[in-house]
Amino acid sequence: MTAKHDLIEYLLRLGDSALVQGQRLCEWCGKAPALEEELALMNVGLDLVGQARNWLEYAAELLDDGRDADHLAYRRDERAYRNLLLVEQPNGDYAVTLTKQFLFDAWHFQVLHGLSSSRDERIASIAAKALKEVTYHLRRSSEWVQRLGDGTEESHRRMLAAIGELWRFTVELVTGDEVEQRLAAAGSAPEPADIAAAWKARVADTFASATLPLPEPASHFYLSGRRGLHTEHLGLLLAEMQFLQRAHPDASW
Amino acid sequence: MYAQLVETGVKRVKALEEMSPEERAFQERIDAEIKIEPKNWMPDAYRQTLIRQISQHAHSEIVGMLPEGNWVTRAPTLKRKLQLMAKIQDEAGHGLYLYSAMETLGACRDEEIAKLHSGRAKYSSIFNYPTLSWADMGAVGWLVDGAAIVNQVVLQRTSYGPYSRAMVRICKEESFHQRQGYEILLHMMRNGTQAQKDMVQDAINRLWWPSLMMFGPSDEHSPNSAQSMAWKIKRQGNDELRQRFIDQTVPQLELLGCTAPDPHLKWNEARGHYDFGEIDWSEFYEVLKGNGPCNHERIATRRKAIEDGAWVREAAVAHARKNQKKDAA
Repeated sequence: MTAKHDLIEYLLRLGDSALVQGQRLCEWCGKAPALEEELALMNVGLDLVGQARNWLEYAAELLDDGRDADHLAYRRDERAYRNLLLVEQPNGDYAVTLTKQFLFDAWHFQVLHGLSSSRDERIASIAAKALKEVTYHLRRSSEWVQRLGDGTEESHRRMLAAIGELWRFTVELVTGDEVEQRLAAAGSAPEPADIAAAWKARVADTFASATLPLPEPASHFYLSGRRGLHTEHLGLLLAEMQFLQRAHPDASW
Repeated sequence: MYAQLVETGVKRVKALEEMSPEERAFQERIDAEIKIEPKNWMPDAYRQTLIRQISQHAHSEIVGMLPEGNWVTRAPTLKRKLQLMAKIQDEAGHGLYLYSAMETLGACRDEEIAKLHSGRAKYSSIFNYPTLSWADMGAVGWLVDGAAIVNQVVLQRTSYGPYSRAMVRICKEESFHQRQGYEILLHMMRNGTQAQKDMVQDAINRLWWPSLMMFGPSDEHSPNSAQSMAWKIKRQGNDELRQRFIDQTVPQLELLGCTAPDPHLKWNEARGHYDFGEIDWSEFYEVLKGNGPCNHERIATRRKAIEDGAWVREAAVAHARKNQKKDAA
């Protein structure tokens, strides 16, 4: 495996996770519990899709095979998608949506924090800009975890159910693979172990303040977003997202 | 127009000499173009008319997120997706400004929203039409936001200060949306395949007349207009605004290389305006009554959002109370 191949793989992971998370937020349009939340969900989604575009543009440049960011987003099948399994999970109720957002934001924040001092200047600059946005995302989702965890009996119960539903997918957030190890060794990306430690501390802290019990660490999960082995949810998500590009492959929009 | 038919509850406009001293002072202030502010005295009918109009306008922003939300998950490129998300976010923001402006009149946001959900309050008829292709995102931006701007530019001079100021902020963002919408269509017409061009013409065919209906009934059938004009809530008649919209839109239509679904549309040299065909007013009133293509779905979606979200809002309130107690202790 070449360093360039590793880098492309990694950029796709970053881009795909941001894009799929953003796509899920789009599904909330017009359906949020309050007007302020409509605004916030679309705002966070907008940030994420913007970040996805930056990562995919860089990946496309390195690939140098005639594909651009849109081609990568709209013409790859689920087996070629590299997003975390967590972000492709359905929105469920607001507790599921916010728990998913928080678990992702807490990971995303640490990753971008590490990447903002990457030796790869392009990565460092994209990450520095994204980190500002994700700092806000994390503040917002942490506050919601506290509100719902330490709100009413019903909201607490729903948060427990949401965590129960999503926790198994967090194993991907706290384990790196060889690609990430090699990038870390080269100074391009943060150490997976550092990300894992910071993520666990943040989640433990927020759950404690939200009166939510911290589950045991998630154990091995058979699928892997990094290897393009997804849950059954991603195929449907992509069918919806990609349909126009697929139906009119020769069109320009 | 985002607020098409607003009852004033007033049958006949009073002359100055018929008014009480308070009413008279109020009307003189209006006539002198001095803005009315929340703490000023105002006739109850003026207050109620504005609450109806501003809430209708706010509801339109919120219901108006749905036809676009229908395509945000399917936008064809990352750039188009980002534009649409930014636009929807702006609309939610416009809804918030407008509800705030409405609240300065003593109305309650939740109560007015409950009226929307029970069918007692209206929103713009245009959002009861379905968005059936991606080209509709362009046509909505160009025609629907275009019609809204023609109306809202005038409302920047409306007599109630908070409403007028909300319009100034909203207009800036709306004109940006309109240009983006037009650009979507122009791009498809200039660089597109035949299928895309057909999509554009089809979107225009479906949305042309509903956009013209956004200006409300013609002046002779608009019994509330006289009072709204006397109060300077409205500044121009429905027909005048509709004509202005058509005059400025037809050249844009021609630049696209598209046509309007109106055989009577023709430049009239003598009038210096475009002549156009008769609007199907029976369709207009049916849609306004709740019998349009998507009335049912739009309200059902909004109602479900608020009902399903009740536990979230309750949790937020409960959590805030707990924090207050902690801070007090």
